[in-house]
Amino acid sequence: MKTTIKGMVLFFALILLGCGGKKEEKKEEGFSVQRKKAATEQPVETNTTNEVKASERVDMSTKGVGPIKSVTLAPEIDQALAANGKEVYEQMCLACHRIGKKFIGPPPNGVLERRSPEWVMNMILNPQEMVQQDPLAKDLLQEFNGSPMSNQGLTEDQARAILEYFRTLK
Amino acid sequence: MKIYNHLILTFGVALMLFSCGQQNQSSNGALSSSAAEKVYVAPGEQDEYYAFLSGGYSGNLTVYGLPSGRMFKEIPVFSQFPTSGYGYSEETVPMLNTSHGFVPWDDAHHPDISQTNGELDGRWIFINGNNTPRIARVDLSTFETAEIIEVPNSAGNHSSSFITENTEYVVAGTRFSVPVPQRDMPINEYKGNFKGALTFISVDPEHGHMAIKFQLLMPGFNYDLSHPGRGKSHGWFFFTTYNTEEANSLLEVNASQNDKDFIAAINWKKIEEYVNNGGGTKMPANYAHNVYDEHSHTGTSTMRNEVLTVDPTKVPGAVYFLPTPKSPHGCDVDPTGQYIIGNGKLSADLTVHSFDKMIAAIEGQKFDGEAYGIPILKFEDVLAGQVKSGGLGPLHTEFDGKGNAYTTFFISSEVVKWQLGTWEVIDRKPTYYSVGHLMIPGGNSRKPFGKYVVAMNKITKDRYLPTGPEMEHSAQLYDISGDKMELLYDFPTHGEPHYAAGCPAELLTSNSKKIYRLDENRHPYAVTSADGSKVVRDGNEVHVYMSTIRSHFTPDNIEGIKVGDKVYFHITNHEQDFDVPHGFAILGQNSSELLVMPGQTKTSVWEPKQVGVWPFYCTDFCSALHQEMQGYVRVSPANSNTELKWSLGE
Repeated sequence: MKTTIKGMVLFFALILLGCGGKKEEKKEEGFSVQRKKAATEQPVETNTTNEVKASERVDMSTKGVGPIKSVTLAPEIDQALAANGKEVYEQMCLACHRIGKKFIGPPPNGVLERRSPEWVMNMILNPQEMVQQDPLAKDLLQEFNGSPMSNQGLTEDQARAILEYFRTLK
Repeated sequence: MKIYNHLILTFGVALMLFSCGQQNQSSNGALSSSAAEKVYVAPGEQDEYYAFLSGGYSGNLTVYGLPSGRMFKEIPVFSQFPTSGYGYSEETVPMLNTSHGFVPWDDAHHPDISQTNGELDGRWIFINGNNTPRIARVDLSTFETAEIIEVPNSAGNHSSSFITENTEYVVAGTRFSVPVPQRDMPINEYKGNFKGALTFISVDPEHGHMAIKFQLLMPGFNYDLSHPGRGKSHGWFFFTTYNTEEANSLLEVNASQNDKDFIAAINWKKIEEYVNNGGGTKMPANYAHNVYDEHSHTGTSTMRNEVLTVDPTKVPGAVYFLPTPKSPHGCDVDPTGQYIIGNGKLSADLTVHSFDKMIAAIEGQKFDGEAYGIPILKFEDVLAGQVKSGGLGPLHTEFDGKGNAYTTFFISSEVVKWQLGTWEVIDRKPTYYSVGHLMIPGGNSRKPFGKYVVAMNKITKDRYLPTGPEMEHSAQLYDISGDKMELLYDFPTHGEPHYAAGCPAELLTSNSKKIYRLDENRHPYAVTSADGSKVVRDGNEVHVYMSTIRSHFTPDNIEGIKVGDKVYFHITNHEQDFDVPHGFAILGQNSSELLVMPGQTKTSVWEPKQVGVWPFYCTDFCSALHQEMQGYVRVSPANSNTELKWSLGE
């Protein structure tokens, strides 16, 4: 049923596109039918009861799958540790995760308002099992075109430092 | 410590299984004795099928036997190959000539065996060079590269080299769209300005010689893979596209925005007719056409300077777009020619289009807009069905000729068997790991031989003993003769196979040449009689007409060579017996050795830089006196007057 609705939305969108516009765009702008994904459209494999994109869902309780069972954050940010984390981040993560911008993967700023510290560290340390077993990580893989997060072989200390760096990002 | 525990556990479980005499029923079926028997080809016996696996970045084509997984030969195609001297010998250097000069490497992707009436005829196998666009034809009587044609206006020659069902054409589509003709322009003006050339190369039915018949200049998408129509859809060709967004940067994200890209359906018979009636526009183009003559044992390179281009909008009814979800990769047509499968690589589902429905939609003029003047058919109107596989990342599909299809899923590392028509999944088996293509002998024809499927994997990891960071890729062989697939065997492949073609062994064995006849050798520098050897000086060029037979060179003593000379060793192998090659290597040679087949002539150039007496020898262990098969060249100072002379046994 849902598929039918989606199909109809697409169908009407196409009719609109097909009728309107009068091909007034210049040739340089590309061809007439643009098949953008509807903003609400969920990839096939995602849990269809969730209307919110995985990258926007908030789940502070899930700890994910991996070696990290519990992390306690001190009230104050450890600036030295964060600086160390920034260094590791820039070497190992920046190719795919840009601050303030969706790139190959989601941006890291604000992640600690959506995810538990344990989930973040497990995602860094154990991405293969996470995308197979953790429902959020699975959906993220779909949302980001099946582009798998690479295991960069970081130590728990390095992942912890990156977590501290994430605390400094707004 | 963890690893040790793991090992102990594994050994323990394995021991228990063995000690109890159970057969392992898990996915690791190769442990069972029946699987071992199925792949065991006893010493002296021969395999049932040939499998030709592309070498990817090796630039070459490898020949295997099935079910044994034994590799028989590496056929050099686009890459220099010191093992035989291909691309080093004077005769074969022209084979690697292009409009960009000598290009000694390529990325060889998709072999396809020639067909007659939609069935494999085993005459030739074609393969594409992806990087500097080229198509090669390998002769399946000699298993040597016979011809290479460069493809102008193309870039990343990926949706290639697939043939029509009577080998009328070998088709080469571009992955990258580029300015056509090439020119200096800003990259960010790609959209609407770049073109994607789909090239139809005619194949001479008698000799196999290739010539570009026409190039269809399509919108600037990426043309990923293609397959011919067959049976009822013969006369059509289908290409998957991605990047219909026409992004020029960060395609990883930007080429994945459209929910659907297209399969381009090309009625090539209609375009052929248009071209035969004088249609199309000739465009200056610069490309090499290299042909190897089996009798002169010599390749020649000819530069061509014009190509016939066709604007698809000028041939009404010839080109349509079929919307296909999620950046489809493989484009596969079933043996009946009815179903066209789009393997949407970012999807979980497979999209199957119906040829009949496509024709009906075209006749009914039911279009859903257009792209650059090319009509887009409605997805629902052409859709035959969708396979809800439950896998992730479908890439390629092959067929067994019994109504079943087999699709690889890269992300979920598995082969899924499903039924044409009902779209039901019948079976699934894991692969190790991240499978790319798969191959059933004859799978791209009207008549597949549905006994085995070979899955070619991109990631090896722990399948074999570790060999440092770089490992050969792994392939898995499955028995598909029953309802369920059975994993039989696991073998390493060479380079990176991107595709393969296979055929029953008997199709090729009777035509496979054993020797080249000496009395048919028309090499201009051949020595065809025992007393024909000589050394001829022409300025500072010296031509040595040398012959070999077990176990000596004639001549084997040469004097009068001077520093600064350019010495051409033309070696003719006088053997006329199966599998008696001789090799030739000389100290300080700046190229490779030569491996000369019986009756063949090959040439190596040697430019001695130092005074002395330098040895040469046979590199192939040819007889018990192989170590005696040697000789000397005396090199004198540049200004000396040493007499030019040559001898054997004096």
